[in-house]
Amino acid sequence: MAVRDDVVNTIAAFSLFADLTGPQLEEVAHLFDESFFGQGERILRQGVSGSGFYIILEGTAGIRVDNVDRSTLKAGDYFGEISCLLGEVPVADIVAETPLRCLVLPAAQLEGFLTAHPRIMYRLLQGEARKLKNTTKWLS
Amino acid sequence: MAELGQKPFPPGRYRLIVVGSGPGGLQLSYSLTRLGIDHALLSDDPAPGGMFRRWPVFQRMLSWTKPFAGVEHHEEAYERYDWNSLLADDKENRAVMPALMDGTSYFPSRPEMQKGLETFAQRTGIRVRFGCRWESTRAVPSPAGGGGQGGGQDFLLITSDGEYRAPIVVFAVGVAHPYRPPIPGLESVPHYGDFRPVESYKDRRVFIVGKQNSGFEIATGLLPWARQLVLASPSPAKLSVITHTLVGVRARYVQPYEDAALAGGVVILDTTIEEVVKDGAGYRVRTRNAAGRELAVPADDVIAATGFVTPLRDLPALGVATFGQSRLPAQTPFWESATLPGIFFAGTISQGAAGLKKHGIPSNSGAVQGYRYNARVLARHLAETKFGVPAARERIDAEALVPYLLEQVGHGPELWHQRAYLARVINLDRETGITNEGVIPLQSFLDSGRSDAVAATLESNGQGDPYPVIYIRRDGSVSEHVLASHPLLDFTGTDYQHELRTVLDPVLSGAGSPA
Repeated sequence: MAVRDDVVNTIAAFSLFADLTGPQLEEVAHLFDESFFGQGERILRQGVSGSGFYIILEGTAGIRVDNVDRSTLKAGDYFGEISCLLGEVPVADIVAETPLRCLVLPAAQLEGFLTAHPRIMYRLLQGEARKLKNTTKWLS
Repeated sequence: MAELGQKPFPPGRYRLIVVGSGPGGLQLSYSLTRLGIDHALLSDDPAPGGMFRRWPVFQRMLSWTKPFAGVEHHEEAYERYDWNSLLADDKENRAVMPALMDGTSYFPSRPEMQKGLETFAQRTGIRVRFGCRWESTRAVPSPAGGGGQGGGQDFLLITSDGEYRAPIVVFAVGVAHPYRPPIPGLESVPHYGDFRPVESYKDRRVFIVGKQNSGFEIATGLLPWARQLVLASPSPAKLSVITHTLVGVRARYVQPYEDAALAGGVVILDTTIEEVVKDGAGYRVRTRNAAGRELAVPADDVIAATGFVTPLRDLPALGVATFGQSRLPAQTPFWESATLPGIFFAGTISQGAAGLKKHGIPSNSGAVQGYRYNARVLARHLAETKFGVPAARERIDAEALVPYLLEQVGHGPELWHQRAYLARVINLDRETGITNEGVIPLQSFLDSGRSDAVAATLESNGQGDPYPVIYIRRDGSVSEHVLASHPLLDFTGTDYQHELRTVLDPVLSGAGSPA
């Protein structure tokens, strides 16, 4: 399932891809697959292997840990990167709160993708730093 | 059978309508009939076969039927080796394809495939209203007491033969409508489906837009004819022998790669196509790669091998959400529109119900060997949930469970062809004992069920051999147990038996002795 041609315009506005040129955005759009999830459908399942790296194009998704809703993700947000980077099963369910369109990259391709696109790796690192900062704030 | 010269299924109201007479529509119709579910089957075509009445353009299938496999052709286990026959409950109608093939290749020719589908339809008595073109669709209130669902809604199909109504419609209309991305100038070049006789490309420079199987099929066929072949698209081509899935260029079509690597008669570019410009009798194709390098490529012919979209007509306006370049309808695990209840899909469109795609690996729902099982599961689902016809669930002895599941993960054709997508499910009910639920989508098992149960799948991670996975649902929560792969795919040994028994024992206690 390749990606729709209107995806390039959508992802051009995402902070993760802020440094890319037009042809680079098009290359990225071709590397990812597109997925759709109905309202209430699970995208990642806590404890089930084989996940991927997801970027939300449209809609919102909930992070659910042990059946408790923790947070909401929206267009431009991404998830699954922690289980991909660590090679472990997801520690949360991700559930579509609305009809949800995502780009997805299999875990096995994430390392190659990030090392081939250092600017995206840097932006992802910024995103992880933000998450860590928020978690630290929440804990303190 | 209908009287000779009389078309079956005249316009009117039916409880279920299936649209399409390709392999998906035929398989669903056969499976529904076996369950006693009356339905109308409508098709725009003049005869069975769907897309295989015309394509592939080089007249040979990409899916094989291996004649000698160590199992009898009428056994279910043979389905693992025969990717092209439709499924039959009765042994005499199984494995239609190997008997029809001339032995020159284990890939059937397109005419052999068409003949196989026609033979299956004829032998099993599938009735189709041919030459009946679905043109548009409306949602209308169902008549009082008409057996409608979801608040009494019918779908009204306006066809070339008149108006049909049903509360449930299954569309098996393929994904074969040519698609061209919005690249300036590309709209005026021929698409894959417009391919001319090969001789007309003699000594010409041919630029193929697209690096999927359709592009490489054309390139392979033109190797002895074209002077130069250029294949271009933004990202590098994948190869099926590397991805270990149907994703990527199939081995049959890899020869242009070798020519590119060794001889330079083929050029493979990872580049964006900016514009296709008419230039005298030929073309100039302007390209730009991710590093920003621009290149204008002269060509005598340009072919858009840029894929296909789903011919859903006005269904999106009625509320059917679609996604991806192929505009596939978004679906539930049981192939119902995720946004318009009552509309279902079969055949290659069923790939829109993507399942878990564990490790990024898609199901085989895009191909006959995968979607034939989806159709059988869908027929049972419709029978049980819409027509009140429950399937029998056989009881299994506790001591037989381990060998049965190991046999299923090794030889169950549904699990083999639909990895991490279809699962063999066994109910472990403390009241009624151990029963065989049958084959259902893995996603449905993980996300919908409640009672204690076990599901078995065969799975792949894109590297190495496939391996069995056992999912145990106990008290509402599911645990996953990945078993080791085996180089000979033999999962019946004592180590597998021991491991599976260890996994099952805790949940079997209490379920093994029926009341």
